[in-house]
Amino acid sequence: MPLYRDEAIVLRTQKLGEADRIVTVLTRRLGKVRVVGKGVRRTKSRFGSRLEPGMHIDVQCYEGRSLDTVTQVETLDPWGDAIARDYPSWTAATAVLETCDRLTEEREPALQQYLLLAGAVRSLAGKEHDPNLVLDAYLLRALAVAGWAPSFHDCAKCGAPGPHRGFHVVAGGAVCPGCRPPGSAAPAPETLLLLAALLAGNWVVADDSDPRHRREGSGLTAAFLQWHLERGIRSLRMVER
Amino acid sequence: MYEGAVQDLIDELGRLPGVGPKSAQRIAFHLLQADPADVERLAHALTEVKLKVRFCEVCFNVAEADRCRVCLDPRRDLHAICVVEEPKDVVAIERTREFRGRYHVLGGAISPIDGIGPDDLRVRELLTRLGDGTVTEVIIATDPNLEGEATASYLSRMLRDFGLRVTRLASGLPVGGDLEYADEVTLGRAFEGRRLIDV
Ligand SMILES: [Zn+2]
Ligand SMILES: [Zn+2]
Repeated sequence: MPLYRDEAIVLRTQKLGEADRIVTVLTRRLGKVRVVGKGVRRTKSRFGSRLEPGMHIDVQCYEGRSLDTVTQVETLDPWGDAIARDYPSWTAATAVLETCDRLTEEREPALQQYLLLAGAVRSLAGKEHDPNLVLDAYLLRALAVAGWAPSFHDCAKCGAPGPHRGFHVVAGGAVCPGCRPPGSAAPAPETLLLLAALLAGNWVVADDSDPRHRREGSGLTAAFLQWHLERGIRSLRMVER
Repeated sequence: MYEGAVQDLIDELGRLPGVGPKSAQRIAFHLLQADPADVERLAHALTEVKLKVRFCEVCFNVAEADRCRVCLDPRRDLHAICVVEEPKDVVAIERTREFRGRYHVLGGAISPIDGIGPDDLRVRELLTRLGDGTVTEVIIATDPNLEGEATASYLSRMLRDFGLRVTRLASGLPVGGDLEYADEVTLGRAFEGRRLIDV
């Protein structure tokens, strides 16, 4: 198929040559694709504003030998615009987009990842919750979709019903006294409740949480992500916790 | 692959921004066939620029002395600073003749995915310049794309407590584009209609 069209979210852009950009997008049906936006950095471009990180678009491309080229693009939701006006939302969104880029493969359909991404970016644009909570919820759920669901209640090793005090990232989360490896952490019980709520999408509990537990939860989430992704997520360092 | 010197030249050219392997090869063979005097002038210009040009100690624009031409000009208004990403943006704004103040060149935009945070830009130096109260207006003229917009969000938050008039170039600039590509008329109009940022 020389021409294709799909709904997509822009993950990142890189300058190419004089006035073009390489745009990485996650499409709903085709998965991740890298496409060229020709002349988008010039003032007369009709596409430029639509091919920016976090934008929700309807895009049409034609397949080239190495890279595909954008022929048409319409904005579905200008989420990126809204996010860039609020610095904490923007740093959180950048970490979301970078993680999504790392968890998806080119041309491999990833509908679950797409829906999660859309939910997170929409929520950041609408300022529905604390941006850091949206980020952590996204990270935990994206890891779960990738097959690395952490456990915050039952023992991650033997399944013994929780709650447990021990917590070990490499073991997979909460650990019972019998399985508890040396060097396990002992986070506050409220922190594990918060993380469980974020993983389940229980926003009533999450919005009500204490800043202290949010910070501890962010630390554990980042540790999980770091463990599963070889190189860390660069953008995560720029998020103000 | 070519022999020694030719391949070295192609490699060096290929490291320049916007020059792909094919362009590098084309430029290299152009130079091979060019008049030796022309090539000599190019080589001289390259050496000279590194010898003579540095960054202005006040605003980080390119300069041939400790300070740039704008900072040395006594007719410039000391009460306004226009913040831009790159020295080439200074050139673009100077062309409009709309701005009579001085500049501050950040050295890029905040780009977490490329590992560039506020500490990698000349933000601290900007805040230092504002310390003595001479400056009363800061115009943020970062690129009209989302990285530029996010950098402006960050700056306006940092400038909150200085009691300044903080403005952003008006929309009308093509979103997603590079400031350097904006024509004088559009850019001039964006200056005139700059909007106040609520900080
Ligand atoms: Zn166990
Ligand atoms: Zn200067």
